[in-house]
Amino acid sequence: MKHLTHVKDMRNHCGEYPHMSVAHRALPFLTMVNLHSPPPPHGLQRHARRLWGTALALGLASFGAFAQQGAPDVARQKELVRMVRQDCGSCHGLYLTGGLGPALTREALADKPLDSMAATIYGGRPGTPMAPWKAMLTEAEALWIAQQLMAGFPEPQKDPR
Amino acid sequence: MKRRDCLALMGASSLLLAGCAGIPAATGTGDLGVVVARSTGTLAIVNTTQRTLLAEVKGLGDLSHASVVFSRDGRYAFVFGRDGALTKVDLLTRRIAARVMQAGNSIGGAISADGRLVVAQNYTPGGIKAFDTATLELVADIPAEYAPGKLSRVVGLVDLPGHRFAYSLFDADAIWISDLSDRANPVTTKLPNIGRQPYDALVTPNGRHYIAGLFGEDGLAMVDLWEETPRVRRILGGYGRGQEPLPVYKMPHLRGWAVAGRRAYLPAIGRHEVLVVDTDTWQEVGRIPVAGQPVFVMARPDGRQVWVNFSVPDYHRVQVIDTTTQKIVRTLEPGKAVLHMEFTPRGESVWISSRDDHRVSVIDTQTFATQATMTVDSPSGIFFTSRAARVGF
Repeated sequence: MKHLTHVKDMRNHCGEYPHMSVAHRALPFLTMVNLHSPPPPHGLQRHARRLWGTALALGLASFGAFAQQGAPDVARQKELVRMVRQDCGSCHGLYLTGGLGPALTREALADKPLDSMAATIYGGRPGTPMAPWKAMLTEAEALWIAQQLMAGFPEPQKDPR
Repeated sequence: MKRRDCLALMGASSLLLAGCAGIPAATGTGDLGVVVARSTGTLAIVNTTQRTLLAEVKGLGDLSHASVVFSRDGRYAFVFGRDGALTKVDLLTRRIAARVMQAGNSIGGAISADGRLVVAQNYTPGGIKAFDTATLELVADIPAEYAPGKLSRVVGLVDLPGHRFAYSLFDADAIWISDLSDRANPVTTKLPNIGRQPYDALVTPNGRHYIAGLFGEDGLAMVDLWEETPRVRRILGGYGRGQEPLPVYKMPHLRGWAVAGRRAYLPAIGRHEVLVVDTDTWQEVGRIPVAGQPVFVMARPDGRQVWVNFSVPDYHRVQVIDTTTQKIVRTLEPGKAVLHMEFTPRGESVWISSRDDHRVSVIDTQTFATQATMTVDSPSGIFFTSRAARVGF
């Protein structure tokens, strides 16, 4: 029951951040509701659509609001760029053109809401292989990554050898 | 060899200099291999006896998740790039022999036992494509169309005896077996309802059992290919029942199967364990706690040891299991972001790539001493020509 992980993660997510607005907490809550229905035959796509739809309908703005503080400094930004290219690249491709995970190019993300992107990076996406990265990222960092992805992700810098 | 080529390669190898001087550069391929430098689209050619880098072949495109199969003579490496390119690299002349853009997004491939067909498994467009190994001409195109207009991403492609290939459909919960004996009329056997979201698969060393790992539920789907009518059986169903799965930051890879004696060693999904299965009864006979989410679980060719690497954030470690005791006998830290391991043909050494240290380490599997290190830009997959002689590699 893989998706149960994510349910628990989502609960923790709320629990750890009691200052979050109600609107923000609503997304994980609705996610949990969705999970209780049996998986549809082609569950991935339908589930994904429902999640995006939910996020859009709620017009979530809170993720950005509280995550403004603690934006990563330049050194951390460099680490995050490498992490996204290399580790997220395992599924999304080094050039973010997709793989087992969807493409994360600016074009591919054009109609996706920023907050929902950031929430997915931080909390994962139930029913899909997208894991929650909150053990390795702060919410502010997840938001920064989402912003960079939507603007066209920075090219990797050559590392010192 | 043209004179211009010789000049370009001067100093790279005395063998090639001999070739330039007009003396045939006769050499075997049994101790050759390649290391993928994923960030730069480069393939490094290596010699496993000398433990040296011989040359770099550039211009292979997007090599994230690149994998390689070899021609039977070990001369040609067929490289499957993420961007859908299939490149045939000549390890002797150290040049690209042929290259074709065959898909939008590819994940790997396989080669037939007779070495005539090389097959790519693709995410976009979902399906497999077979090519003539001599020319890279398209021989067959089999879209993984599981419902009208719907193509599944294909994972876990393996070669089977004859011109047959087995693969799994991530989006369709199916295993398909395509017989390409008649190139113009491939015949595909479709096994539906194998379990949710197969993410990778392996074929056992004898070519008998095809096993797909499932991401969407606990357990694996197994097909006995020696049965008259292949059917799917669930093994290790519910291996994690009642426990809280951990986040999976990277999908395990089953391809470097670990079948040692009558036991198979498999990465658990969402738990920091290696599962041990009896290959006669296909029952679980043990679990070995390990240092992280296992990615590759690979048996040394003699089966005495099983080596395990891990996903982020535990990927600075490699652990070694002694298969006589099922215990971890060594934890190594060869570098940052260990992505892959490859044994020399008889397993006296293992080569390990550490992506973030830009290092390939050669380690003695008996003493665990480091025998050599090499600098390669963000190394990922390591593939030796001995794979040419193994089913499922």
